[in-house]
Formats: sequence, structure tokens, C-alpha cells
Amino acid sequence: MIPDRKGHFGIYGGKFVPETLMAPLEELEKAYRATKRDKDFRDVLNNYLANYVGRPTSLYYAEKITKALGGAKIYLKREDLCHTGAHKINNALSQALLARKMGKNRVIAETGAGQHGVATATSAAFLGLQCDVYMGTEDMQRQALNVFRMKLLGATVIGVDNGSKTLKDAINEAIRDWVTNIRDTNYIMGTVFGPHPYPMMVRDYQSVIGKEAKRQIMKAEGRLPDLLIACVGGGSNAMGLFYPFLKDSGVKMLGVEAGGEGIKSGKHAARFAGGSVGILQGTKSYLLQDEYGQVLETHSVSAGLDYASVGPEHCFYRDAKRIEYSYATNKEALDAFQLLSREEGIIPALESAHAIAQVIKTAPKMKKDEVIIVNLSGRGDKDVNHVANILGVEF
Amino acid sequence: MNRIDERFKKLESKDEKALITYIMAGDPSLKVTEDLIYAVEEAGADIIELGIPFSDPLADGPVIQRASERALASGTTVEKVFDMVQQVRKDSQLPIVIMTYYNIIFKYGELRFLQDAEKCGVDGLIIPDLPPDEGEYITQAAQKHNIDLTFLLSPTSSDKRISLISKKSRGFIYYVSLTGVTGIRTKLSESIAPMINKIKTVTNKPVAVGFGISNTEQAGQVSTYADGVVIGSAIVKLIEESSSAGERITAVKKLVNDLKMGICRQ
Repeated sequence: MIPDRKGHFGIYGGKFVPETLMAPLEELEKAYRATKRDKDFRDVLNNYLANYVGRPTSLYYAEKITKALGGAKIYLKREDLCHTGAHKINNALSQALLARKMGKNRVIAETGAGQHGVATATSAAFLGLQCDVYMGTEDMQRQALNVFRMKLLGATVIGVDNGSKTLKDAINEAIRDWVTNIRDTNYIMGTVFGPHPYPMMVRDYQSVIGKEAKRQIMKAEGRLPDLLIACVGGGSNAMGLFYPFLKDSGVKMLGVEAGGEGIKSGKHAARFAGGSVGILQGTKSYLLQDEYGQVLETHSVSAGLDYASVGPEHCFYRDAKRIEYSYATNKEALDAFQLLSREEGIIPALESAHAIAQVIKTAPKMKKDEVIIVNLSGRGDKDVNHVANILGVEF
Repeated sequence: MNRIDERFKKLESKDEKALITYIMAGDPSLKVTEDLIYAVEEAGADIIELGIPFSDPLADGPVIQRASERALASGTTVEKVFDMVQQVRKDSQLPIVIMTYYNIIFKYGELRFLQDAEKCGVDGLIIPDLPPDEGEYITQAAQKHNIDLTFLLSPTSSDKRISLISKKSRGFIYYVSLTGVTGIRTKLSESIAPMINKIKTVTNKPVAVGFGISNTEQAGQVSTYADGVVIGSAIVKLIEESSSAGERITAVKKLVNDLKMGICRQ
């Protein structure tokens, strides 16, 4: 069973947290497992996912870029069409509903790109919960639009000015808040990271992506895909797509990390290409760290991928050679961002543009009757200003 | 029996309680830390907890976070801290407990860490993000190397966890007085006394209380029901605010002395 009862994915995962959090993590796991067996809870959640989030999202055959690249058929799993514009809502809404079921009236979250913060703020507004979102001040600047969206949704955005002022520091602050306010607060973690049960729970909530994709591709092509591609920050959109296909041995999987300005530059967030095993924020996983175990600053054009570690389950399947990992640089992602906008009329999130960049490299090497599903995990409206800045466009 | 056990035994025989003082090694330099160790010993500290800085100290409040940043900026590493401890051991037999996050130890190598710690004269180890559930290997290895691995209990710990941790913890049991991070609080939690009494029903090991205790009055109050009191942020704040080396030593000594008096008066 993956993970085992203590939340281990082989040598990875686990619960490396202060003692104070052991009880609330146990409470959370117990409540989560109970709702899995609770038909009423599942019915309510499925109803919200269908009518509020807009699931199932479409699996769209991208004919123009398929032709342009001249190789495998490319399908986009359109998580960008979810309410709030990214896959993050699948998990945030599920965890918020769980929090309400547990009688907690306040939720907190960390956010990097702002998508998980927006998704949590949205879910809290929808379910009538108080919501505080921690966000690095560097990210607040990069994602000013999402900061305002969260405020509109009634959440309080708390700027985190420590360390690199990005996602990692926001998680530290969110954990410090949770440890202080455990009695009335649930921490809604945005990715397949952190102490058990989060990696398992978030994976399960996001695996709706892969379950739908499997049904949809069988309908469209009458067979399973040859390759799945998704970007990997913490790794929740990737795990959500990959997980339901893990037992289908003919389906290859490729996770794409943020290569930043290139691995040699040291300015990147490619944990597998440049990291080693370590323990951060409750879990054992691959980590970008120096020789003394101090966590390194990361860099990516995409705030959502700009993180020093990665979900522990990804490490497990990488060791098992079930999932492969590569990276795309800032430049490749920016090119992909523009290509998809121009060719398909779909502006992808910069995170998802890393997956598209990989498609651009891989699809031409595949046969025309082969099939790729790429997770278009979010839409790029939030990134338009940032990209304009980089491209030197002034308004 | 190592220095920690001896100290608690000695205090018990005098019907006294332990004053455990925390400082961050390398804040602002290891030379200063060395001088501070002698100073707190002279002022009456029974045990010193030495922090080794980590980039992401998630159990710590702002005061110790800033101390970590200063210690990292001064180039503090495990090796350098151990060298300093070896130096201290020439002049002092004050029990020394290292407090650091698990990744620092993991990266150094758990076994190598314990071997080197034993060699330089470290007595104990506290790892705030390593519950015994994840620390089976290091728990056993620490015992072999005569390092007391002390685990923490908190206000949220269940009866089951109180039993488990009371059994696994060595040297003493570290009771975290509040749900939250390290730092100075104006008020003590009311649950401290009942929780200590509960812990005392399952173990004879000494129980020390830390997190949120910052002044003589609070230390005195806690020492009426605990075997030891841990003071961290209040000392670290004095170190941060002092403008000269002389002022720093004087201020820390005065606070430690007052705290020890407060504890003894009970």
C-alpha cells in the first residue's frame, strides 16, 4: 500500500513535524478516511465539483499544434477551464468541505503563484469559512492580480517577508500559524507535499483529473495514451493526472520541473536534476540544499514551480523508474506560452507552459498514431502582466 | 550516566529545579557563543541548549528565526559548533544539549553526527521536527553514543503519546507549554500544571517546560510543578539588542541570575 500507514512512500514521505502537530494530523487523517466511506459527503462534494467547479473538464484534441509539431497527437486536459482557472480548486474545495465537516471555522493556506490561495479563498467564501492566506512578498509582487482576487473573495492575505519571500517561506508561516491555532483551524495544503496525510489526501482529491482523462481518451481514441506530461512544482497536477494510470504499464509519464535559467546557472527549481534527499516541512523528499543541509533559494519565471522540494510520491515513482522527470527553462516556457496562445487560442499558466515546452520537444520524435495527454493545469491570465514585463512590453 | 542525569540528580538532592538556557550557536559569532556559555554557567544555568541554525526553523518564532539568520550569516556549521564545544570542555562541565532541525543532522549523517557529538563533549540532543515515530534509528544510535535524545510533549499530546514519549525520551522530557512557536508571551498557559501532573503519573524522568516562558515570575511559577524551566527567546533577544560585547555578557548574566533566583525562591 502506497503510502503505508505512517505515510511513507518507500524511504520518502512521513511526518517530520513538531509534536504539537501530531494530534491534528491524526485527527485530519481520521476525518479524511471517514469521509471516503461517507456517501453523503461524497455526493455533496461531487455535486460541487460538477456544478460549482465545472467538472468534468474537457479533454481537447489540439489539432493545430499537433500538425505544427508533426508527431504524436496532442490532447490537452483542460484544467484551466475549472472555476478559478486552475486544478487547485479540486483539492482546495475538497479540503475546505472536510474542514467544515470537522467543525473548523477557519482555514489557512500557503500560496506561490496565487492559484491555490485563490482556490482556497473561493472555497472558503463558498462554504462560509474564515480564510487567511500566506504568501511571500516576492510572489505578491509577481502575482499582484491574484492578491487582489483573494481580497475580493474575502480572504486576508498575509505577506511573508522571511528568507526568499516565496512559497517555501509562506509554508513555514502557515505551519507556524497552524501550530498556534490548531483547535479552530485547518491547514489546507495546496500540493502533494508536507506531512502525512497531505501527500496522499491531495493526490486522491486531484486524481479526478486522471480518472476523467482516462474515460475521455478511451472515448476519443478507443485506447490509452502513450505518454502523459505535466509540470511539477510540488507535483499535485502531475500526480492527479498520473495516479489513475500508474498500473497501465504501456502509459509512460513525464514530469517537467522548472529549469529556470539552466541547471548550470544554479538559478532553477529542478530538484531531481540538482537536488538530493532531505527533510523539509514535514516530509522526506528531494531537496535543493547546500552541503550543510541549508535549503537553497530557487528560481523560476513561474511562481508556482519555484519551490525547493517536491512531493515524496514523485521520488518514489522516480526511483521505481515508473515516472521520468525532465525540466524546461524559463525561455522554453515563455516560448511555449506564446506558441499555445497563438496556435490554439489558449493562454496557459506559466507553470503549464513548462509542460507544453516538453511537448514541443517530445511530440515530434513520436509517431503520428501515438497519443500524448498533457495537463494544462491552469490558465495564464494571471501571468500576462509578468510575461509582458519580461518581453519588454509597456502598457 | 552523563552530565545531564548527574545534574538532575544533584538538583533533586538539593530540592532545586533546573534552569535550562537556550542560545543560538554562532549568533553573532561562535566566539561570542563560547563566552556566553561561560557567562550563563557562572550566572547559575544548569544546562545549556545550543541551537545549530537551519534555514527553515518552522517551530521557532521571530526572535529565534532572526538569530538563525545571524548565525547562518556568520558561517555557523555543525563542525564549527562541535569544535567550539570541544574548546568549552577544557574549562567547563556544564551539560550541553544541541537543538537543531532534522535535516541538518540527516545531511551531516546521523551516525557521524552522534559520534562527533560524543567526541567533543555534547550530552544531549533535541530535534523539534523529529517525533519518535520517525526517529527509531537515531534513538537507538544515540543511546550507544551516550547522547540523551530528548523528545517533546505538547498540550495536544494524547495519553498514548504521553506514554510513548515518556518512554523514549532520555535526559528529560521537554514539555512545550503552549500550542505555538517559540517566543515571549505575557501569560502562561493554564494547562501546564495538569499536563505535568499527568506526565508524572507515567514516568519518573525529569520534566522541563519550555516555549513562551520569559521572565523570573513565570519561571518561578513553572518551577513549582516542573523539574526544569527552559528560557530561550528572552535571552536571545538580549543578545540581539546589546550594542557591545560587554553589555551583552552583563545583560545575559543578570537575566540568568534573576531566573535562577526566581526558580530557587519557590
